[in-house]
Amino acid sequence: MNHNNNAARIRRELLIRTAKLAFEGRLVEGIERLPYEMTAEGWETIRCCRHHDRAILRLRTMAVLGADPEGLDDAALPLAEYARETERRAQDPAPRIEGGELVVISEACNACVKTRYLVTEACQGCLARPCKMNCPKGAIRVEGGRAHIDPARCVNCGLCMKNCPYTAIVKLPVPCEEACPVGAIAKGADGVERIDPAKCILCGKCLRECPFGAVAERSEAIELALELRAGKRAVALVAPAVAVQFPGGLERLAAALHALGFADMLEVAEGAEETTRHEAAELAARLTGGEGFLLTSCCPAWTNAARKRLPALAPCVSETPSPMVYAAQRAAATQPEAMRVFIGPCVAKRAEAKRTRLVDRVITAEELGALFVAAGIDVGALDPEPLARGAGGTARGFAVSGGVGAAVAAEFAAKGKPAPRLYAVNGLTRQTLATMEAWAACPPEADLVEVMSCEGGCVAGPCTIANPRLAKIEIERMREDRG
Amino acid sequence: MIQKIRVAICTGTACYVRGGAELLDLESRLPAELTGLIELEGASCLELCRDRAKGQPPFALVGEKVIAAATIETLIDAIAAACGACGGADSQEARR
Repeated sequence: MNHNNNAARIRRELLIRTAKLAFEGRLVEGIERLPYEMTAEGWETIRCCRHHDRAILRLRTMAVLGADPEGLDDAALPLAEYARETERRAQDPAPRIEGGELVVISEACNACVKTRYLVTEACQGCLARPCKMNCPKGAIRVEGGRAHIDPARCVNCGLCMKNCPYTAIVKLPVPCEEACPVGAIAKGADGVERIDPAKCILCGKCLRECPFGAVAERSEAIELALELRAGKRAVALVAPAVAVQFPGGLERLAAALHALGFADMLEVAEGAEETTRHEAAELAARLTGGEGFLLTSCCPAWTNAARKRLPALAPCVSETPSPMVYAAQRAAATQPEAMRVFIGPCVAKRAEAKRTRLVDRVITAEELGALFVAAGIDVGALDPEPLARGAGGTARGFAVSGGVGAAVAAEFAAKGKPAPRLYAVNGLTRQTLATMEAWAACPPEADLVEVMSCEGGCVAGPCTIANPRLAKIEIERMREDRG
Repeated sequence: MIQKIRVAICTGTACYVRGGAELLDLESRLPAELTGLIELEGASCLELCRDRAKGQPPFALVGEKVIAAATIETLIDAIAAACGACGGADSQEARR
């Protein structure tokens, strides 16, 4: 689903308003009124009435504050209580436990009808009846001049839809289930969706595709806002995809981060240079040893998928740490007293950051945008701040599909080695995962397989702001800048 | 020569985050009959968000007309209307 939709707008507006309260020092005092202010003049009622809309906004606000609204039909406590918890966590950050990054706001879930095929009025009850003739389960009968599907027999194969000459048969999908590449989101007995943490790879596709905005991230952005306001020293680790999320270039983003209260900014692309070197060395050693193809390791949703969905391929996944890890290590070495905040385009980095324990907070590009708006910072209007060093062009290309492979190939070329055969898996879907599953027995015709969970690469991440097509053009421009 | 219609998308951060970013992709989403008729620019903050009476962000200008809570669709409608007003009635016709 395009970012330009009402669910995304509401999520951002809530983030902006909550962050504004945090920056003004009125979080606990002002948070209770937020759902009322959101539904004031101009609010278009979405559910039965604005009271129901408010109840759901309260649950959304809980997730913004970092709490878990799953299973609740209204916030269990006054929002002020959750806000106090957020303040406590900001003052005394405890080690964070992996899990619960992505939650279903059960009350917001539409409990869409189970995926099914429906014969519409366009059915002509034709003579040929290819729907009936091709149904492998005998689930179709024609009565009263129209085809009918017997739900008890139908197995949702879709052959009737494919065969109808009038396109009279439509599929009614469950968008989140459709989007999930690993079958991790499914209905409970009540029809409400639940995420199975044993299967979930945190790709964020359900978050992006649910038309009711029922999947939410538990945000750390408000804690960060409070920490910055309290004057904690923080360094921003900006992912390659985030470098192109705001108009005005990286130098203005550096200025904006300063204005927000960050002491320093570090391009994660600098860490990507390190990843490139190590991954190239790992690949070279593997090829010399005749161990076969190597799968990239920088996309955390993919490495989750390798572990949970394709364990047979796990030995082929690179052991090279991600650019975030190298960048965090560099920040830890040069400014050990500062907290490290990773700013990325996706959900899966939240869990990776917790696992590595090298990053104190993770926020998304979308959340950063909300913090800028809340703080009244107009990125494009600031004077550019020259970068201390700036990353190399190929490293900046990590944000787009094909970029990691290209960087490793460039490293091979620089060392005078023959070019590795490259293949890119551009987006994880049920189909691409099925294709990859076969590689365990029958390896692909490639030496290095780059895998990115999002089609297009990180610039198309679930938590981005910029249009992916335009962001990619900007990455190309930055790449050429650096050569 | 046809006078092109100036379309300015506010890229002030307040508009950009609330959906302005997507509007910058307008040219790739224009219907065929409007292609080549506009001059698209990302404008620095138009300061329309300061005045509540002007409506909700994201803001854009189509010619001189202010579009509040802009979407790709409302912009296309406004461009088509502007084309009609400046004599390009064919384009309106073509849209139907």
